Order: sequence, then C-alpha cells, then structure tokens
Amino acid sequence: MADISLHAVTKRFGDNEVLHPLDVAIGDGEFVVMVGPSGCGKSTLLRIIAGLEEATTGEVRIGGRRVNEVEPKDRNIAMVFQNYALYPHMSVRDNMAYGLKIRKLPSAEIDARVERAAGILELGPYLARKPRELSGGQRQRVAMGRAIVREPAAFLFDEPLSNLDAKLRVQMRLEIQKLHRSLGTTSVFVTHDQVEAMTLADRMLVMNAGTVEQVGAPLTVYDDPASTFVAGFIGSPAMNLVPGRRVGDGVEVGSGLEFPLPEALRSTARAAVTVGVRPEHLVVSSAGSVAGPALAFRVDSVESLGADSLLHGSAAGASFVVRVDGHQAPQPGASLTLSPKPGRVYFFDTPSGRRLAG
Amino acid sequence: MVENRPVLRFIHHLTLIAGVVAVAFPLYVTFIASTHSLESILSVPMPLLPGDQLWANYSQVLTAGSTRGAQAPVGAMMWNSLVMALAIALGKIAISLISAFAIIYFRFPLRNFFFWMIFVTLMLPVEVRIIPTFKVVSDLGMLDSYVGLTLPLIASATATFLFRQFFMTIPDELVEAARIDGAGPLRFFWDVVVPLSKTSMAALFVIQFIYGWNQYLWPLLITTDEKMYTVVIGIKRMIVGGDALTEWNLVMATAMLALIPPALVVILMQKWFVKGLVETEK
Repeated sequence: MADISLHAVTKRFGDNEVLHPLDVAIGDGEFVVMVGPSGCGKSTLLRIIAGLEEATTGEVRIGGRRVNEVEPKDRNIAMVFQNYALYPHMSVRDNMAYGLKIRKLPSAEIDARVERAAGILELGPYLARKPRELSGGQRQRVAMGRAIVREPAAFLFDEPLSNLDAKLRVQMRLEIQKLHRSLGTTSVFVTHDQVEAMTLADRMLVMNAGTVEQVGAPLTVYDDPASTFVAGFIGSPAMNLVPGRRVGDGVEVGSGLEFPLPEALRSTARAAVTVGVRPEHLVVSSAGSVAGPALAFRVDSVESLGADSLLHGSAAGASFVVRVDGHQAPQPGASLTLSPKPGRVYFFDTPSGRRLAG
Repeated sequence: MVENRPVLRFIHHLTLIAGVVAVAFPLYVTFIASTHSLESILSVPMPLLPGDQLWANYSQVLTAGSTRGAQAPVGAMMWNSLVMALAIALGKIAISLISAFAIIYFRFPLRNFFFWMIFVTLMLPVEVRIIPTFKVVSDLGMLDSYVGLTLPLIASATATFLFRQFFMTIPDELVEAARIDGAGPLRFFWDVVVPLSKTSMAALFVIQFIYGWNQYLWPLLITTDEKMYTVVIGIKRMIVGGDALTEWNLVMATAMLALIPPALVVILMQKWFVKGLVETEK
C-alpha cells in the first residue's frame, strides 16, 4: 500500500504540451477516478504513474519514493488494460503467474497466490484455459487477477470496462468496488464514462485538455461543479447551460427570462454569465404559484427512459432538457411552467467558464 | 452457386481434368521411366506401364550413383540438399525474426534507414548479385562447403518484412503488460514474441525449405566437388551429351527422389502452413 503524489508533472510530445503542470495527491487506500473526454490526458497521466511514459518535468512519488527513474516493474504497481493485454498463448494460470515467475518467487508461493486470486475472482474452473476460450468479462477478470497476484502498492486501471457490453460493465463495476473494499489497495482508475466515475470513486479528478478541472468526492463535484466543463460532463443528461447577460441583480437568458443572482455573487458577476440548471432540478409547477423564475416551457420531443422521461424543448428562446417522472410525461407540443429548485441554479463566468464564487 | 446446367458442368470438368492431366502426366512418365531399364526406355514407343527395374534403379542411384556424368551416390546428394534446405530455412527464420524484432521494438539511430536497406534488397535476387557474391565466397575459401552453399542465401528481406508486419499487429499493451510484469527484451522475445510467431514461422519454413531445396544456379556455381553436389545439381550433371549416353532410367529415379522431401514437408506441415497464412492469434 502506498500513497501516490505528482508534483508539477507535465508531458510534452514534441511541441505539444498534453499535460499542463499538475499536482495530484492520492491517499493510501484511496480509490481515485480520473475522468474526462478522450484526449484530455488522463491516460497519459496514468501511464506516467505506471512508468510507461516519462514525465517531461516534475516528480512522481509512490509511497514517498521518487520513481521518475524507476522501471515500471520496480514501481510495485499493477495495471489493468482496456483490451486486457493477456498473453494469448498462455493459460489463465500462466498469465497470472508470469510476473511472479520473472520475479523468481518460489513456485509454492506462486501457486498459492494464483489460487487465492482465482478464488476471489471466481476463475477457478478456467485456470487451464487460454484467453481466447473466455468471454470478455472473464478475460477482464483474468487481467485483474494478474494485477492482484502481484500484491502491488497500487492498482492502475486504464478504461478496463470500455470493451464490455453494458450489462457486464455494471457487474464488473460492482466487482471492482467489492474488490477494493476487501483489498483496500490504492487504486487509480481512468475512464471517460462519468457513471463509472460517480459510482466507483472515493474522489474523482475531472480532467479537460491536460488540466485538472476539479477534484472532489463524486457528490461534491455533482453538487458544486467548479466550471461549465465539469457541469456539462458530470451528470447525465448534462446540465442545461445557457449563456446569458447580466441585467441589474439578475441574469437574463433568451428573451426576457431572468434568473436572480444570489447576493454573494452580485459583486463578482460580469457582463456575460452562463446559467446552469440540471434537468432533474427543474420542477413542473402551476403558473402563478412560482416564487423564483418561471420558465414557460414548450415541449418539442419526449424521450421515455422508463422510470424517467426527458423532455426536450425551449423556454424564452433557449433550449432546455427536463427530467420528469416516466409516467407523467406530457405530449410533445404541450406547454408547461417550470421552476428551478431553490439553490440549484448555478452561475458561471462565460469567458473563463469558471463558477462564480461570492 | 447452386446451378444445374449439365453442359456447362461437363465443360468445366473437362477443362479441369485436362489441367490435371497436363500437370500429372509428365510426373507419371518420370515415374514409369524410373522403373525400366535403359534399353526399354530408349525403345520406341516408350512404355507407359511400370517396368520391373524399380528396385534395381533406385538402389543403384541411392548407393552408387550413375556410371556416367556425375558419379556420386544420390543418397549423399540428398543429404547435401537436406542440409542446405534446412540451413537456409532455419537460418532465414532466425535472422529475420531477430532483425524484425530489432526494427519494431527498439529505437536506434537510422532505424528506418536500415529497414529500407533491408527492404531494397528484395529487388536483388541471387541471380543479380551472383558475380560479386561468388567472388566474396571464393575469396573466403568457402567454395565446396556447406557454409558457402547456405550463408549467401540466408539473408532474407521477404521474411524480415513478413515478421515485421506480424509484429506490428501485436498490441502495444501486450508489450507494456510484459514490461510491468518485469520481462526484459530478451524474455519478452522468448516468452511472448516467439510463441506468437509460431504459425508464421511454420509457413515461412515451408516456403523457405522448398526455396532452399530447389536452388539451382548457386550450387551449380560453387560446387565442383561431386561430394558437395545437391540433388538438383546431381540431376543436371548426370545428363551427359547425347541421348544414348545418358542413363535416363537413373536420372528419372533421381528426379523422383528429389521430389519426395519438399512434397513431404508440404504435406506434413500443411495444417500449420495454412494457419500461418490465414490466422493471427492475438
């Protein structure tokens, strides 16, 4: 077990700086998820921790030890790859044992570790099989088994669930969660899927274009997004983000829809302000009874998801998505009055995308 | 295609059968000729049914050889051919595997330049570079030796290229997984690359064995000692000027013998050969 810390790490490919100076601290036993769109540098960051990629500048420490010059095999980490990266010609047992054999562990110890990992992952009946004789989920479990037997200081997961179908993904997500609870090993998990990030993370790192936009517990990030990027990326469907203009003590959106600015933000808000409301925070109310801003919302289309329905439409010339109960969805063409839940309207500075803070 | 047009089918089959006959008949004649005495072959018309000299011809060829032209026993020639074909096939595989490994997995100065150098030699078959190669081999005193027979033919751009293409399909993650597992380059080579290349190696072996076995021009140039003749050269040397002087029955027996090893290699390795050309195990 170990903590991992990165100090002022950057990565440059030629003239292209893909990671801007980054400071990240991951506590011992913590499950941290790095989430962001493709090309945001999250995989590069993971590979720098693994030692597969060299940091251009800055320092990587695992368990307090500087590892910049240390080979991946000596960093005491284990990595799980998106495409499993199992040795195709070796049996499941040999795949898991290979790293231990190279480290010249006594064979009794190797067998014991492989058996234990196979027990945890329910791979017992498959130990003699070749990877091609296994399903995707089983292969991914073998890849995790290969990581477990090393008893590393940290697990590094590089989008391990992306190659699985939706149902298996949910199942493996739960298994990874269970595994982390029972082993308690520091884990860094890279994904582009915000649902994986929300469900797995103790803390998540939202990354965009080579920088960390926000670090925090999933619910904190959800409740208090630091920027329009985070607000739009975390949560599904995405938060409604509508650019507006500062008008007196409020922000005007579209044609004449005004959101009052909280007192604390009035001094910091400049001319261009983006208003954000999550689809689940817009409530259908009867006209006239609304205290705050009332949106005269016209439904253009309805997406029924079963438990919920998503209403796509517009109010005062701006597009919104609203989440309502699946069985009380109006028909397309209907007109509703919506009001945001109190305290659930977010204001962002439009040019910088940062959340306005009082 | 599910079609039933009897006339067309008849024509198709006739064409195919004609093709088979065109290929098989000379082989058949060769075999028949190797079972007769010289006198009966030279009689007109030549017999088209097996004679009674099969054992006599083959045993004479294998142990003693022809009495005219090249007089070394064909058994020894076949041994030479086998050594040559095996050395060329295995040597090519070994060298190409290593050079392709270097080109794909190591970063060294002028890597691409060296790859293209190798690639360009594809345009230079033995026949083109035969005079300088002969000069080098003769200056090194390698005439009439196994080394001289095989070494100049071992370097192979084709095989290097083939392995390079195969290595490029091995996912990078596999290399990285091995790095994290602690496998150095050589371990990775032996534990991962070589086992994964098995089918490609088998396919190459078949092709290169036949290539080595059928070498004609090169052994013809550098072997003057009958003891170093390969069987292909042996056949040529047994044919002396004038039909009546050549022991055709023995030449044909030698030709039949020369056919056997490549045919065996193809038949025995057929499964692997097809796998190597079609399947990639990843």
